[in-house]
Amino acid sequence: MNRLFSALIVFLIGIGAATLEVFAVVGRMARFAGTALGRGVTPPWYPARLVEQMAIIGWFSLPVVGLTALFTGAALAQQIYVGGSRFNAESTVPAVTMIAMVRELGPVLAGLMVAGRVSSAMAAELATMRVTEQLDAMVTLRTDLWRYLVAPRLIAATLMMPFLVLIANIIGVLGGYGLAVSRLGFNGATYLETTRRYLEADDVISSLVKAAAFGFVIALSGCYHGFRSSGGAAGVGRATTAAVVTAFILILMLNLIITVLVFGA
Amino acid sequence: MTPRIAIHGLTKAFGPKPVLAGLDLEVGVGESVVVIGGSGTGKSVLLKSILGLVAPDSGSIRLDGVETVGLNGAARDRMRARFGMLFQSGALFDSLPVWRNVTFALTAGGAIRAADMRAMAVATLARVGLGADIADLRPAALSGGMQKRVALARAIAARPEIIFFDEPTTGLDPIMADVINALIREQVTALGATAITITHDMASARKIADRVAMLHQGRIIWQGSVAALDSSGNAYVDQFVHGRAEGPIQPLPR
Ligand SMILES: Nc1ncnc2c1ncn2[C@@H]1O[C@H](COP(=O)(O)OP(=O)(O)O)[C@@H](O)[C@H]1O
Ligand SMILES: [Mg+2]
Repeated sequence: MNRLFSALIVFLIGIGAATLEVFAVVGRMARFAGTALGRGVTPPWYPARLVEQMAIIGWFSLPVVGLTALFTGAALAQQIYVGGSRFNAESTVPAVTMIAMVRELGPVLAGLMVAGRVSSAMAAELATMRVTEQLDAMVTLRTDLWRYLVAPRLIAATLMMPFLVLIANIIGVLGGYGLAVSRLGFNGATYLETTRRYLEADDVISSLVKAAAFGFVIALSGCYHGFRSSGGAAGVGRATTAAVVTAFILILMLNLIITVLVFGA
Repeated sequence: MTPRIAIHGLTKAFGPKPVLAGLDLEVGVGESVVVIGGSGTGKSVLLKSILGLVAPDSGSIRLDGVETVGLNGAARDRMRARFGMLFQSGALFDSLPVWRNVTFALTAGGAIRAADMRAMAVATLARVGLGADIADLRPAALSGGMQKRVALARAIAARPEIIFFDEPTTGLDPIMADVINALIREQVTALGATAITITHDMASARKIADRVAMLHQGRIIWQGSVAALDSSGNAYVDQFVHGRAEGPIQPLPR
């Protein structure tokens, strides 16, 4: 009993320390973001780098994000049908699937998937550039790292995530629609009409605001941990892991904050 | 005449570990100085301090008599525009094709005048013995020796007044090493550049140097002409030049 109690205390101390660490990291990342934005708004700009990053982040994330949304939308429809049938509320499937998808799961799942792909890749790339003296070389060749490397990544991720989430939302709703029509006996036209009727501008706007915010922290986390890395190949590995974990936590935290601000009032 | 580079009392420690401990070195205009010294003695840190990539703890680094320690922003960039640097690891940008690497010093990453720049890159690659066929490859597709030569091409592309070569021949076969030696010598003799070269390769040092300086325990402990290298009367230099395990320099745990 006593052993269990001390194990619990150790566990809680661990959570406390991790929480403090999260706030410390958030503070340092905010400073990092401030510097990046301050530099990024003044020339020289690198449009070719921006387009390159937009392609890497937006285009190449589409398959992952699309599949995630499709499977999740379909599973949602099934669960809402089963849950709703207990209250004779099967007819809520279209509306609730859509709301769950657009308000929460679309942005959060797309955010997590893109973080897994992009934060890690950015951190690994920048950390490797540090280890292999590429960052030193770039500075020696009079190119500002904030403008050349960080700003295009931050801007590209912030711009591309709303597009990805928009597509995730549509595919998610279609996933629910497909399952409801093929397995739950819904009429296709009625399903879509119900979805459309319940869809509100606030849902879409909050979804896209979340998406942009998540995109920003995805790139921020990748750049921050990539730049800070030290200690050779092991350091690259640590930076990659830290970038993904930080991005995940920040996405889920921001999601809660935005949800409470928009829908809690 | 004011030396091009004048370093006095330079110190730098990483954590508790002192790397440079009051280093003094002067390099004249158009002079080629070779710095020798064991691995991990701070030779690369010395070059990076001059370029402002590493902030010294104390000491002075003057360029044409003007202090550069603590320079920032535009003033630092103006200073760096006079330099070319071959990094020890090559440090090629692996997200860019070879030719964009070579012209990076001229475009500072921008995408200006692509056709001119590409032609210019091909001409510079030819000077280091590389063909136009590799211009569009990524650095990762090249062998180590070719990467080194591309890095060399990038360092000299803008015809800088001052060039640093950090172990330019390490990892090259003896013939290619000699080509690189000749090229470095040409930068100094024909183009009037001032050069600091770091090397472990004594044959290379003899080819390149007007003057050799030996770095040991954070200081320049000996310097003299190439001719004086074999009669330095300095036990450290003798041990290094002849590559002996026995002597005042303890190769094992320090
Ligand atoms: N950025 C850095 N952070 C911590 N230690 C460093 C850093 N750069 C160099 N060092 C240390 O300084 C010492 C000298 O390094 P370096 O100048 O690269 O040696 P070398 O003479 O072989 O070029 C090494 O022990 C290295 O570990
Ligand atoms: Mg070195």
